Amino acid sequence: MKKYSAFAVAREALRDHIGWERAWQSPEPRSKYDVIIIGAGGHGLATAYYLGKNYGIKNVAILEKGWLGGGNTGRNTTIIRSNYLQDPSAAIYEKARSLYENLSQDLNYNIMFSPRGVMMLAQTQHEIRGYKRTAHANALQGVSTEFISPQKVKKLCPIINIEGPRYPVLGALWQPRGGTARHDAVAWGYARACSDMGMHIIQQCEVTGVNTMNGKAVGVETTKGTIVCEKIGIVVAGHSGVLADMAGFRLPIESVALQALVSEPIKPCMDVVVMANTVHGYMSQSDKGEMVIGGGADGYNNYSQRGSFHHVEETVRALVETFPIISRLKMLRWWGGIVDMTGDRSPIISKTPVKNIFMNCGWGTGGFKAIPGSGWAMAELIAKGEPGPLAEDFRVTRFREGQFIDESVAAGVAH
Amino acid sequence: MLIFECPYCGVLTDETDLAAGGEAHLKRFGPGSSDDEFESYLFNRENPKGIHFERWRHVNGCGKWFNVARCTVSMEVFGTYPAQTLEPPAEIKDKISEKKPGWKWKEFS
Repeated sequence: MKKYSAFAVAREALRDHIGWERAWQSPEPRSKYDVIIIGAGGHGLATAYYLGKNYGIKNVAILEKGWLGGGNTGRNTTIIRSNYLQDPSAAIYEKARSLYENLSQDLNYNIMFSPRGVMMLAQTQHEIRGYKRTAHANALQGVSTEFISPQKVKKLCPIINIEGPRYPVLGALWQPRGGTARHDAVAWGYARACSDMGMHIIQQCEVTGVNTMNGKAVGVETTKGTIVCEKIGIVVAGHSGVLADMAGFRLPIESVALQALVSEPIKPCMDVVVMANTVHGYMSQSDKGEMVIGGGADGYNNYSQRGSFHHVEETVRALVETFPIISRLKMLRWWGGIVDMTGDRSPIISKTPVKNIFMNCGWGTGGFKAIPGSGWAMAELIAKGEPGPLAEDFRVTRFREGQFIDESVAAGVAH
Repeated sequence: MLIFECPYCGVLTDETDLAAGGEAHLKRFGPGSSDDEFESYLFNRENPKGIHFERWRHVNGCGKWFNVARCTVSMEVFGTYPAQTLEPPAEIKDKISEKKPGWKWKEFS
């Protein structure tokens, strides 16, 4: 792989850009691999990358039904933060956030990480207490956050209306080192690095069956033939239930649609990420100038990548009250992704009832920010066969044991 | 926007009048059941890509719970029926069989 650099740009500029090579290869599948990762989204590619980088396991295939990064990796609102209440969540999201800081250098691919700061507005007395508690918890966890006044909110984000009649801004939980990144670039960067290590990224190859023998995984059936392997990592977000069904077990997961939209591009007017959980909306401005808006999840099972209009209407209505200047903006694009929700709104990184099959799912509405940390923990689980400190608490058996990592209460809504 | 006919009121209502209640026909396991049964009842769900039977409540209406047969991919609604039953009515099952031969959901088909 040729490295990307300022020198490379200059070199190619002088020779009509004939020297750029494909970022990743598209090989035909071999009949056998050590590890098969199902799902070439951010989490799957990150898992493969850290398998190679941290554990030297490079005989890996990453199978993708559609195209690389075409699911929730390309459908989220690109927010990165780690201001969680519970210790296991703070640990893995903070790991992810800290890996994001150097990811562009690590992958030699510009993921455009922008640590512009994330604020979560407190708009009720209950939220003030909740966020102060989170700020104290974060201080103990080594995550840098603080509770700030409405005046500081206004200073950081001048377009906000802090005196809204129904939900005035009473303060905010501020994480200055949170921010955004270019979501597609995260998938592309990992894919390029994986391909460089000799891993096979096989797109348009749907897994149609999981082969097991004596309670142990031995391979997969795909639309490109049978592939034998020693270990399988299932990292397919909304379709986790479908894959679990193929492998013969059930999951505590329901798939629902989560929606987002962007406005037409306008001049830079907002250089932080604002989340308003009481009114179900969050907003940031992309580098292109579009206002990127995320809403709440629907309440019913859905595999259609389309959500209900009234949820978007509620989100936009609330945001117009909080940000009056967006009231005349036109909507440019609107889409949905299928997210996998667990009962406690925390992910599952776990062994399964079938030996040598490992699941990474249940990220629900908060998967993008976790990609590097999730891949890091999942790689350790696959390589060693046992979870490391980051993944241990996210085992699937926690539901049976009653050891929930209850972030649904902590975050109030989508997180 | 999903639109259902409330089997009690007989009116067509949309999602803004309704609250989703998750999987229907759950068999309750309580004290005296095994750990597996209790875990399965509390947490594990069918979550099918296809035919799904689910509970909805007519919140801004009669306030009653009813069941819906729906496809989670095409969003097609096959019918609604009162919640006080252990399995879907034959006519709804026939309607689904016509459109999706070979469908299966839990022990029903």
